[in-house]
Amino acid sequence: MKNLKSGLIVFAFLFIITGVVYPLIVTGIGQLVFKSQVNGSLIYIENKPVGSKLIGQPFQNPGLFWSRPSSTDDFPYNALSSGGSNLGPTNQILVKRVEERIVYLRKNDFKGQIPSSLVLGSGSGLDPDITPQAAYSQIPRISMYTHIPQNVLKSLVSKHIKKRQLGFLGHDRVNVLELNLALIKMEKDYAGK
Amino acid sequence: MPISDIIQFLVFIVLVSLLVKPLGSYMANVFNGEKTVLSLVFRPIEIFIYKIANIDETYEMNWKEFAISMLIFNAIGFVVLFLILVLQQFLPLNPQHFKGFNLDLAFNTAVSFITNTNWQAYSGENTASYFTQMLGLAVQNFLSAVTGIVVLLALIRGFTRKQTTNLGNFWVDSVRTTLYILLPLSVLAAVILMSQGVIQNFSSYKTVQLLEPYINAGKVVSHQILPMGPVASQEAIKLLGTNGGGFFGANSAHPFENPNGFTNFFEAFLIILIPAALTYTFGSMIKNKKQGWAIYLVMLTMFVVFLGIEYTSSLGNDPLISRLGVTGHYIEGQEVRFGIGGTSLFATTTTAVACGAVDAMHDSLLPISGMVPTVLMLLSEVVFGGVGSGLYTMIAFIIIAVFVAGLMIGRTPEFLGKKIEVKEMWMAIIVALTSGILVLIFTTIAFITKAGVSSILNPGPHGLSEILYAFASTANNNGSAFAGLNADTVFYNITTAIAMLIGRYIPAVAIIYMSGALAQKKYTPPSVGTLPTDKVPFMVWLILVILIVGALTFFSALALGPFLENILMLRGA
Repeated sequence: MKNLKSGLIVFAFLFIITGVVYPLIVTGIGQLVFKSQVNGSLIYIENKPVGSKLIGQPFQNPGLFWSRPSSTDDFPYNALSSGGSNLGPTNQILVKRVEERIVYLRKNDFKGQIPSSLVLGSGSGLDPDITPQAAYSQIPRISMYTHIPQNVLKSLVSKHIKKRQLGFLGHDRVNVLELNLALIKMEKDYAGK
Repeated sequence: MPISDIIQFLVFIVLVSLLVKPLGSYMANVFNGEKTVLSLVFRPIEIFIYKIANIDETYEMNWKEFAISMLIFNAIGFVVLFLILVLQQFLPLNPQHFKGFNLDLAFNTAVSFITNTNWQAYSGENTASYFTQMLGLAVQNFLSAVTGIVVLLALIRGFTRKQTTNLGNFWVDSVRTTLYILLPLSVLAAVILMSQGVIQNFSSYKTVQLLEPYINAGKVVSHQILPMGPVASQEAIKLLGTNGGGFFGANSAHPFENPNGFTNFFEAFLIILIPAALTYTFGSMIKNKKQGWAIYLVMLTMFVVFLGIEYTSSLGNDPLISRLGVTGHYIEGQEVRFGIGGTSLFATTTTAVACGAVDAMHDSLLPISGMVPTVLMLLSEVVFGGVGSGLYTMIAFIIIAVFVAGLMIGRTPEFLGKKIEVKEMWMAIIVALTSGILVLIFTTIAFITKAGVSSILNPGPHGLSEILYAFASTANNNGSAFAGLNADTVFYNITTAIAMLIGRYIPAVAIIYMSGALAQKKYTPPSVGTLPTDKVPFMVWLILVILIVGALTFFSALALGPFLENILMLRGA
C-alpha cells in the first residue's frame, strides 16, 4: 500500500518533468535558436509557403524534374499519411508497378537506361530527393519542352547536387523541389530573351 | 561508393567505443548514489520528490518488494496512457481534432509503450494528438527505459552483495535514472536534431500550395498538408531509450524525423549509446572492468558480423526489377539521402539494439537484408539489446554458458564469485527462452487461423517472414515491423499485446527473483577450478551458445521464409 502511494507520487512528478517541462524546454531552445528548422524548413515565395525543403512534391509536367514514385494513401506525396508501399522484392505487384512506370516514362520521351530512384518508391513516400543520375537522365526531356539547352540544364543540376555530409554520411542527392524552383526561374529568364 | 560506407561504419564503431567508458563510468556514479556534475541542479528536485512521496532514500527492498514496485510503476503507466488514448478527443493540444483510439488499439498501444516495445498499429500524423504524443507516449518512452535499467541494477547488486536480501530502492533508482541520465542526454540530442531540421512546435498542420497541381485519377490535387508537432523532444528519447515509436507513420524514414545523412548516423548512434555504455557500468560496479569489456566485445563482434551481412546483401540487386532495364541500387522502401550504407547501419542497429525505429520499410528490403533484422531480434535481443534489458538477458545467457561449460569440463559453475545453482539456472532458462517460445506459439496460431493469414500483404514465403517478424519483434520488445502486415485488427492487437506483456515482464521478474537469490549467497573467491569468464575462449563459447539457441529454434522458419524467397528471387520467379 505504501509503495502504491509512493509510486503514484513519483509517477506524477516524472510525468510532469518528462511530459511537460522537458518538451517545453526543448521547444523554447528550438524556437529561439533554430526558428526555420523547427517550423518545418518552409520555402516562401512572396511570403506564401510553397512547400518544405524536406518534404517532396509530385510532378507531372514534362518541363520539370520528376520526383520518385510515392505510394501514400489517396494521392502521391500525401503528407498526412507517410509510408512506403511495403511490397516485397518478389511481389509481382511491385514488378508490375515498375513496368507501368517505365511505360509512362517512355511515353514521356524518356530515353536511355532507367535509374532506380525514378521507378522505386521511398519508405516515407515523401522523399524530397532523387539521385544525381536520375536528375541528369531527365535533362533531354526537359530541354525538349523548355528549349533550354542541355548543357545549361546540366550545370543547373550539378549546382544543386548535395554531396554526402563530411564526405561519408548518406548519399549524393538532388532536392527536386529546389531544383524545379530554380528551373522555373531560369525558364522565365529564357522566355524574357 | 562502398568506400564512404565503410568509413561511415568504422567511424560509428570507433565513436561508440570511445564513449563507452566516459558515459559508463558516469552512469555507475549515478547508480552508486555518488555526487556528479549535475547534482547541483537535480539533487534539490530529487530530495523534494522523496519528501513528498514519503520515500526514505536509505531504505532498501528485498526481491519481492522490488518486483512489486516495478509492476506497480508499470501498471500506473498503463492506466494513465490507456486513458489518454481513449479520451483523446476531450483533452487539449489536439489541433486536428482526432478522436479517441478504439479500445483494442488503445490496449495494444498502451501495452506497447509501457513494455519499451513501441509496436505501432497506427500512424501518428493521422491518429494521435500532441497531448497523446507528448504526455502519453513520450512519458512512457522515458519510464519504460527507466524500468529496464533499474531491473538491471537489481541484478548487478545481486552480484556485488553477499548474504543480504537488499537489492536497492526501486523508486530512488527510477528517479535518479530519469533525472541524471535520460533527461540531460535527451535535451542534448534534441538540440542537435533540431539544428538539422527535425521540427518542434505546437502549430496546427500547415497547408502549402503545390508548385504544380497534380492530377490523380481524374482529380486535381493542388495542396499538401504538412503535419507539425513537438517531434524533436520525442525523437531524442525514442532513440536513447531504445523505444522506437515514431511520431509519424514512416518513423525515422520521415524527413521531419530524420532529415539527412548526418542525422541518420546520429540517430543510429543514439540508439546504441546507452546499451553499449551499460557494459562498462556493469564492469565498474562489479569491480571487474575486464568482464564489462568482454561483454562489450562479444556484443560488438556479433554486431559487426551482422552489419557486414546486411550491407553486403543490400548492395545486391533484385533481378526481377533489374531485368526490366533499371540501373542503380534496389531502393524500394528506402530514402535516397541515407544511401545503402546508412540504411544498412540503421536497420542493423535498430534490431541489434531492441529499439525498433526504422529509416526504411523493412518489408521491402531484399530477402537476406530483411532476414538479418529478424535474426537479431530472434537472438533474444542480446546484441546490445534494449536499455537494461539487453544486458540482463545477456547475463542470463552467460549463466547458461557457464553452466554448460562447467558440465562439459567438470568445473564448478560460478560467475563473479557466485555459485550457479538450481534457482539461477531456472531463471536464466526462463529469461533466455520466453521470447522464443512466444514467437513459435503465436506464429503458429497466426498461420492456422484466417484472422492471422488475412493480414498478410506479400504472397509466398515473404508472407511467412511478415508474421514471423511481427512476433519476433513484439515478443522481444523491439517494435519494428514488416509494415505490410495489417496489424490494426482485433486478432493482431490482442496477440501482439500478449506477446509484448509476457515477453517483457516474465523475464524481468525472473531477473529480480534471481537477483534476490544471488544477493543471499556467499562470495566464493576464484580458485583453480573456476572458469575465467573474461577471456577470449569464454567469449567465443558465449557467442556459440547464443547462436545455437537462436539458430536451432528458428532455422526451419528462416529456411521457409527469407532463404526460400532469396532462392526464388535469384531464379527470377
